[in-house]
Amino acid sequence: MTSTVSKPPLTDTRPMLDVRGLKKVYGGGRTDPVEAVRDLTFSVAPGELVCIVGPSGAGKTTLLKCIAGLMQPTEGEVVLGAQTVSGPPAGMAVVFQEYGRSLFPWLTVRQNVELPLKEKKLPKARRTELVVKALSAVGLEHVHDSYPWQLSGGMQQRVAIARAVAYEPQVLLMDEPFAAVDAQTRADLEDLVRELWRRLGVTIVFVTHDIDESVYLGQRVIVLSSSPTVVMEDVTVDLPAERDQIGTRSSQRFGELRTRVYSLIQQAKHHHDL
Amino acid sequence: MTAEKLARTATLGAALPALLLALWWVATADSTDPYVPPLSLIFSTFPETWTAERLQHDVIPSLARLLSGFVLAVVIGVAAGVAVGSFHGLRHTLEPVLEFLRAIPSPVLIPVVILFAGIDDTMKILVIVYGCVWPVLLNTVEGVRAIDSVLTDTSRCYGINRSARLRHLILPGASPHIFAGMRQALSLSIILMVIGEMFAASNGLGFSIVQFQRSFAIPEMWTGIIVLGLVGIALSLLLGLIERRALAWYFGLRRSQRRE
Repeated sequence: MTSTVSKPPLTDTRPMLDVRGLKKVYGGGRTDPVEAVRDLTFSVAPGELVCIVGPSGAGKTTLLKCIAGLMQPTEGEVVLGAQTVSGPPAGMAVVFQEYGRSLFPWLTVRQNVELPLKEKKLPKARRTELVVKALSAVGLEHVHDSYPWQLSGGMQQRVAIARAVAYEPQVLLMDEPFAAVDAQTRADLEDLVRELWRRLGVTIVFVTHDIDESVYLGQRVIVLSSSPTVVMEDVTVDLPAERDQIGTRSSQRFGELRTRVYSLIQQAKHHHDL
Repeated sequence: MTAEKLARTATLGAALPALLLALWWVATADSTDPYVPPLSLIFSTFPETWTAERLQHDVIPSLARLLSGFVLAVVIGVAAGVAVGSFHGLRHTLEPVLEFLRAIPSPVLIPVVILFAGIDDTMKILVIVYGCVWPVLLNTVEGVRAIDSVLTDTSRCYGINRSARLRHLILPGASPHIFAGMRQALSLSIILMVIGEMFAASNGLGFSIVQFQRSFAIPEMWTGIIVLGLVGIALSLLLGLIERRALAWYFGLRRSQRRE
């Protein structure tokens, strides 16, 4: 077993994703403005797997939508590669929590995975290759012609992951992707994400409210405060790269890290109550 | 659906019409009222009235007007509905005007349309289009607005824009609503076809029914009404068939949601 310890990104390498002074205020006009995100700055190195965790209502979804280019920040910027994000960037794929609402119900599994590739104007042969590879990578080689709604929740989320993988993004954003599946499926999908990440070398930003999940998956855990959001702490997860549900989760280091993140979250919750 | 189940559904569906026909038959069996002839007389008049020549002369033109009007209304209604549903500003600007136009009953326009379109098929088709476009348009607007925001976000993230967005997101997403509008429009189109033909025409179903009535050919008039009903059933079955094919995903999705 290799005990690779992930390091924080070095200053001389350009980060894959750079979030600089991000602020988002909703409303204004007739309603009182609500400051959802106050000031967020962090960066993600190429090939990193970073988890973002925070108490519920911490503006995680707002942050993710700003990163994905679905929403304009009030202040600050998000830089992907060398370009400031002003709309959904080409090199980014997103897996949403609501798998049932994020797959096209009128398209088959294969068509769902293939549609974004068609819009990328990839030739037919290449599309087929990517679709077959992506679906087998998530263990769904047998349901190409099914419709998403014929599959279980976990399988639907696998389709969404396959679609993201086939898109060959530089950065894969995952917005609480496993919040709506049962515990066993969730463990399987977590391992799937680790495996895909290690095999494909893609950069992953994984948003979750589950502390254990963030520690189990990430190389780093960015802990957010409650709204208006700032970064509370950037916790490096120095667990071995080879992780498994039983061994890793019962290790002493895992316990220490989850306690650390847990107490940060508790602090975050009470921070604004004062 | 199994064959047995299908047979049972068909039997149940046919039971009520059969019962009503039987009632009609019994109630009019001894009728001497010239305006309410016995059903047996109406039936025996049927084959001699609706000959191949008459079908060609009256039914085909009626169907042609109805279908052209209906198809045009669907095309215009969907196109306008997508535009209105997609843009907030457009909707707010147009809403009062749309409400006003929608409130004008289509038949009232016949005299106006005759003034500039004459009394030929253009007039009859325009009347059908005007009446049928509203349910399609308003349902399409509703359908476009009801498209799931997560799906819209997903499309944006994966670069599904412009024409692909229309083809792969908006039209299929709104299609259940569009079909609901089409169903309403279809029954309207039959009514408007008949009214148009009763006003000013030299052939067609509406025209023949009025002709029969004016020449006191009462059993023939009744057969015309029956033909009209049969045309309505046939068209609605046809639309149902198309709908079941086009919206197979939607019915499947709904079934799977009910199971949960």
